[in-house]
Amino acid sequence: MRFLRAIGRAALRFLAAAGRLAIFTFVSLSYCVRPPIYVSQILRQFVEIGYYSLPVVGLTTLFTGMVLTVQTADGFGDFSDENAVATIVVLSVTRELAPVLAGLMVAGRIGASMAAEIGTMRVTEQIDALTTLATNPYRYLIVPRLIAGTAMLPLLVVVGNIIGIFGGFLIAVYELGYNGHQFIARSWDALETIGVVSGLVKAAVFGFLIALMGCYHGYHSKGGAQGVGMATTNSVVSASILILSFNYIITGLFFAA
Amino acid sequence: MSAAQSDIMTETPKISLQNLHKRFGPVEVLKGLSLDIAKGESVVVIGGSGTGKSVMLKCLLGLMEPDEGKIFVDGEETTHLRGAARTDLLAHFGMLFQGGALFDSLSVWQNVAFQGLQRHTLTRAQARDLAVRKLADVGLKPEVADMMPVELSGGMEKRVALARAIATDPDIILFDEPTTGLDPIMGDVIDRLIVKCTKELGATTLSITHDMASARTIADRIAMLYDGKLIWQGEASSIDDCGNPFVDQFVNGRAEGPIQMPVQAG
Repeated sequence: MRFLRAIGRAALRFLAAAGRLAIFTFVSLSYCVRPPIYVSQILRQFVEIGYYSLPVVGLTTLFTGMVLTVQTADGFGDFSDENAVATIVVLSVTRELAPVLAGLMVAGRIGASMAAEIGTMRVTEQIDALTTLATNPYRYLIVPRLIAGTAMLPLLVVVGNIIGIFGGFLIAVYELGYNGHQFIARSWDALETIGVVSGLVKAAVFGFLIALMGCYHGYHSKGGAQGVGMATTNSVVSASILILSFNYIITGLFFAA
Repeated sequence: MSAAQSDIMTETPKISLQNLHKRFGPVEVLKGLSLDIAKGESVVVIGGSGTGKSVMLKCLLGLMEPDEGKIFVDGEETTHLRGAARTDLLAHFGMLFQGGALFDSLSVWQNVAFQGLQRHTLTRAQARDLAVRKLADVGLKPEVADMMPVELSGGMEKRVALARAIATDPDIILFDEPTTGLDPIMGDVIDRLIVKCTKELGATTLSITHDMASARTIADRIAMLYDGKLIWQGEASSIDDCGNPFVDQFVNGRAEGPIQMPVQAG
């Protein structure tokens, strides 16, 4: 009996959390399309999410492209040449690696800082203060972050694509002694619209999910420093899991026959 | 009875809380709280920790909704107002939070003039002027305007928060434990500032505190909240000989008496 009760309680708690998240998402989205919009807050988040994440995303994709080239060349053994390696690098980076790795890195950087900032504002009554100063906290805090997350991650992935393929190029030419001209020509041929577009759609969805998790966990955090710490952890873990699962779903939508 | 007197008698209260009930899970925090506050009056609600003082303020502001009961401001019911109507109502309110609740990403002057800046009723230059003027009202120099909240001491932080609460010249100002965390002297300074600023504005105020010195300085009328209800209210000067054993115990801070603090055994 006690066992059943424990299962029931866990199930109810899960449903309650899912419901809370659904309401939070719905309310936030409804404020995204109704003025007033705080433009200065959105621009601030553009800089915070877009500009300051460039080094992290750039380094991640650079090393990924480099490693991928070494591994592909080794894996193909005698069959490896400019054409094979360039094709694999371009397809992998644009379709999967740049969006997913950029997403995970930004989840760690931005999702955590959003949860910590909004969570601290919650426990120090700053969110209540916003309300009493006749400013809707959803409009002022949540909407700018959701818009900036959704808009900035695709741009970061564009940069990540270029740097990732460039990393592959560096290794191919200077490490493996391939013909650089041939590598670039083959890379250009291998670029296909659906691969790039699917990568950017993924990025936009990931950016939304990262901001949503950061805001949701921060907004609902309670109980001082420990609560904020928990909100930060939860936001990163849940955003990462959502990124990986939505990656599968979106890949299925684009590529499953 | 003269005409003037009957006017006062029949005047609608500025704030009226009627039979508020609020429950959190199994715990009923408010059990039928009723309180009327006349225009321009300063009422202080005293009571121990966890008696529902903060919940009362949050219900009035609309940060929480009471399960039962009604709230009137200027004779209009505001209990379940939401959205734009709630925002318009809150523009008439000022609130001083216990920890100050200053926005730490904004400078002091942007905090003080926050409402004017966000609602675009002021230009940046006007907002800054307003902030400097309000900072002067609470005894702070213009240099403070460009500081960030983390650079302020506890007393300065309370002053800036007070400046923000009075920045829009609100009709109603709420104070949540205005002296908590301050030394007794700074506490008295803040209390006197509160009295000065609210009298200048002619504002109606509702404060909650468990600091009796603060309550005596600020209040025209004191009410005591115990077990979810107001068990006594009267003139601030009459609190020492009110004859109510609960109030007496609280005012004198005695562990022995009708109020039993839940202390865990062992």
